[in-house]
Amino acid sequence: MSVVDVREAITGAHREEWARVVAALARRFGDLDIAEEAAAEAFATAVERWPADGVPPNPGAWLTTTANRKAIDRIRRENKREDKQKEAQMLYDDDPPEPPGAIDDERLRLIFTCCHPALALETRVALTLRMVGGLTVSEIARAFLVQDSAMGQRITRAKAKIKATRIPYRVPSAEDLPARVSGVLAVLFLVFNEGYLATGPDTDPVRHDLTAEAIRLTRLVRALMPEDGEVAGLLALMLLTEARRTARVSASGELVTLDEQDRGAWDAALVAEGHRLVRERLATGVAPGRYQILAAINAVHTSARDVRDTDWSQVVALYDQLVRLDHSPIVALNRAIAVAELDGPEVALAAVDRLEDKLADYHAYHATRADLLRRLGHREKSRAAYDKAIELAGNTAETAYLTRRRDQLG
Amino acid sequence: MRYLVSVIDDGTGPATPKEDAAIDAFNDRLEAEGHWVFAGGLNSPSTATVIDNRDGTALFTDGPFLESKEYLAGFWVMEAPDLDVALRLAADGSEACNRKVEVRPFL
Repeated sequence: MSVVDVREAITGAHREEWARVVAALARRFGDLDIAEEAAAEAFATAVERWPADGVPPNPGAWLTTTANRKAIDRIRRENKREDKQKEAQMLYDDDPPEPPGAIDDERLRLIFTCCHPALALETRVALTLRMVGGLTVSEIARAFLVQDSAMGQRITRAKAKIKATRIPYRVPSAEDLPARVSGVLAVLFLVFNEGYLATGPDTDPVRHDLTAEAIRLTRLVRALMPEDGEVAGLLALMLLTEARRTARVSASGELVTLDEQDRGAWDAALVAEGHRLVRERLATGVAPGRYQILAAINAVHTSARDVRDTDWSQVVALYDQLVRLDHSPIVALNRAIAVAELDGPEVALAAVDRLEDKLADYHAYHATRADLLRRLGHREKSRAAYDKAIELAGNTAETAYLTRRRDQLG
Repeated sequence: MRYLVSVIDDGTGPATPKEDAAIDAFNDRLEAEGHWVFAGGLNSPSTATVIDNRDGTALFTDGPFLESKEYLAGFWVMEAPDLDVALRLAADGSEACNRKVEVRPFL
């Protein structure tokens, strides 16, 4: 086996097995810290040994066994120092063994623990990327533009809180499940959005590594909870958004809005998969949640071969449904954008202006106003709105787009 | 595992009779379900006295050690197997006493 093949085998095993190894260790030793460290050591050992010894026939089993041994070594070392104290502080898990077929995948426990509502949202994101995604602390730090040491501390503190407060290592009870699943999805969506609309002046406008990681983790959650409609909805939403990724930023690094995108450049396979998921959810007849409605809106957009073929009445109807579930002013803003296509910019502008109190600091509010004012021929007001939007936008591609539109006002 | 559930008041004042009744009902439930350890309501922060006897000469100071808009109005000590159970109980406790609460595990 060539060096390249071995390296690929290690990368592949890392992608496929990391979460499984960490989850199995966390379950067995009841301690996330030990699980994380032992998993990392096992992969380091693989990097050392596989080139010489060859890739084992079952890499996952090899890694789990090696990690188990590393964990036991560490516990022995520590027990010599602090005796029994360790055991008393171990993560709590009193679940009886679950019947086969129940949602008992250990990775699911791991995800729910990392996304526990007692942790701050940014901490949940970091912990999920580290424990489930297998990203290194510096990779996560880079993704969120913070120092390595700060990110390391955030993760260490989170693990300490999980242990000290006894955040349980299990799939939540049926009573808590819907709220907890939506907590997990919020974390995944945040990772995706940070990749999709990366902020920072020196950051690439689209961070494919983050969108890809978010999709990978959402696929995992979907495989573990195939019956959950919102999980399917979020995956479909991500796929239909990701499908347009390359068409969304021009060669010169400028944002290309939906109406100007080259629809032939969309990823047809991702679009098809997203549509399939949306259809599957529609067929259940169960009332859709937020992510399913957003996915359906994106399905309408991606069904139109030309922007002029967009079924705007369908889009507005879906937004009406969404507004009933989600009272956020951002949803109302997006609804108004669709309304502009159906009822004209004047009606839309009236709706947008009503949101001023809540959205005055949000760049998209000003960008939307600027566009509507431009379409209504209010050039000076439009320019002022573009200025405000440019001032507030954090994404380089968006800034470039808004600047060009403003300068085209003449 | 024991958790301290602190009741945080931000100037609402003493509990109303309706709140008292809801707290009593919640306490009964804690006892019935085996979570009860201890609970108590506290008098206002202005009744506090701070004592510092670290160097052997006790110094008494009038008033709370921390002047703030939010203060501890009472607490529960609860027995719960894990944080999920503690959080659920604390949420019901917050509803019963009509105040914010904070959950912290004992060491």
